[in-house]
Amino acid sequence: MPNPSIGLVDKKSFTLPGALTLESGERLAEVSLAYETYGELNAERTNAILICHALSGDAHVAGFHPGAEKEGWWEIMVGPGKAIDTDRYFVICSNILGGCMGSTGPSSINPVSGKAYGLAFPVVTISDMVKAQKALIDHLGITKLLSVIGGSIGGMQTLEWSISFPEMVFSAIPLATTQRHSALAIAFNEVARQAIMADPHWQHGDYYGGPKPDLGLAVARMIGHITYLSDTAMRHKFGRRLQDKNDFSFNFDADFQVESYLRHQGSKFVNRFDANSFLYITKAADYFDLTTRLTQEGKSVLSKALARYLVISFTSDWLYPTRKSKAMVKAMKKHNINVSFCEIEAEWGHDAFLLPNPRLADMLSGFLDRMTKEYHL
Amino acid sequence: MRFDLEVIASWITPRAKVLDLGCGTGELLALLRDQKEAACTGIDLGEDNIQSCIARGLTVIHGDINEEVDDYADHTFDFVILSQTLQQVYAPETLIKTLLRIGRRVVVSFPNFSHWRCRCQLFFQGQAPTTSQLPYYWYNSPNIRVITIKDFRAFAREASFTILSEAAIDTDSHEHQGRIVTFLPTIRATYGIFLIGSQGQGNE
Repeated sequence: MPNPSIGLVDKKSFTLPGALTLESGERLAEVSLAYETYGELNAERTNAILICHALSGDAHVAGFHPGAEKEGWWEIMVGPGKAIDTDRYFVICSNILGGCMGSTGPSSINPVSGKAYGLAFPVVTISDMVKAQKALIDHLGITKLLSVIGGSIGGMQTLEWSISFPEMVFSAIPLATTQRHSALAIAFNEVARQAIMADPHWQHGDYYGGPKPDLGLAVARMIGHITYLSDTAMRHKFGRRLQDKNDFSFNFDADFQVESYLRHQGSKFVNRFDANSFLYITKAADYFDLTTRLTQEGKSVLSKALARYLVISFTSDWLYPTRKSKAMVKAMKKHNINVSFCEIEAEWGHDAFLLPNPRLADMLSGFLDRMTKEYHL
Repeated sequence: MRFDLEVIASWITPRAKVLDLGCGTGELLALLRDQKEAACTGIDLGEDNIQSCIARGLTVIHGDINEEVDDYADHTFDFVILSQTLQQVYAPETLIKTLLRIGRRVVVSFPNFSHWRCRCQLFFQGQAPTTSQLPYYWYNSPNIRVITIKDFRAFAREASFTILSEAAIDTDSHEHQGRIVTFLPTIRATYGIFLIGSQGQGNE
């Protein structure tokens, strides 16, 4: 089946008009966000959808950059006639604050020192990322987003948007996400961070211009990949099959396919991702906790939400399991919020939201269609 | 449209807030939204049902009705509908009490086990009845409870809730055609449909 693509797209950049005050109290003097947009904003400015990317994603959701072979990370879902239909909607995605794909992060130049920030970059939170995105949405002249959509850490940003700027979010679709990390999720992140920090090239974050902590970052990515799959997915994908050999090598080469896969994923990742960004983003995700945050009146922050929600989880996701989504839905029901929820049967683990899934596509498209109607009521 | 759902829909006031338990593919929810401008939510255990509902623009929650209903605040809904599901509920009294807490009115419908076909099969053949409303054998039936219209009235007194309206209906095997039965309803009706409220609530 030929999939129509949005085609050639380009990356844009937006610099915030002033300094950004962070949740920690620190200020970032200069903040730029890399972003992409697809489709046309209608005259009433009512068809804008913001997509929030996950840990290793970027602003390049769909289409192709000039000269590039690889399409954007959610090409299957975003494009003309697709679930998030660029013929109908104006789709925006920006690289997160703290990232390394064009937005200000630890690898950016610190205006004070004239060198890359490294660990001088302040610790940012999910709320800080959303605050920076909000400046971009203001800049684009959009007062209310038809929908904010995101999976995993993108789902955290989606939730954060709906409570930080409730009047700007008509609907929200948090996918495969959680109101807060479990100890298990924090533990995996911590092991991944330790792998980076144990790399002698890490140099307390001050490695720009010299050799990078590639080994540490590759191990961090390998750990991540284990948590994105599932027992079933790994059994089907690899089993105990050997990689390009019929017998054990009796040394420490990658004998098993799963070893070879993880090594490949790890080494591929270091070419496109900054190790310090990995530290900052995972820390932001670990800090995120919607359940303990209160309004000035002492009520749960969810009491501020005005969005209609569609919450989706996947059966084999053990990083952000269904019970996490159910807890979120339960809290939303208690606050009389309009919420729909579906647990999709999928064997591919946490990464299921990124894989082709006609059932997910139907739900997204039906929900967005309903939101378009309700927005204009 | 199933005849029993049409009867239920006729009881729902315009622009009401409605919860439909075991909403299936959302037939009733869509009808109430389109004809009554009702603010509807559905709950269903079937993933396929939930996907159909969300794809057609309905608000639904994937889960077990017995657990999901507990989360709502008191009187969140004007109407809670339990259509053709009571006979499968493990703890009917607990569930109905919860429904009367979260909703001002509750609609309950169930296949009437005292229909003449059931009576005849038991009386003449000496076998557990299987009808188009209850098409299972004892060993594969999800319907763990047998309820008659009279039983439900007695249950209302026992469990201290008020019956505000009731309709006994006789439907054909496809359930699309039907009529209200007023003469000998406990024998001739295939389904009983009740509108109930907490004790002390009158017809407002």
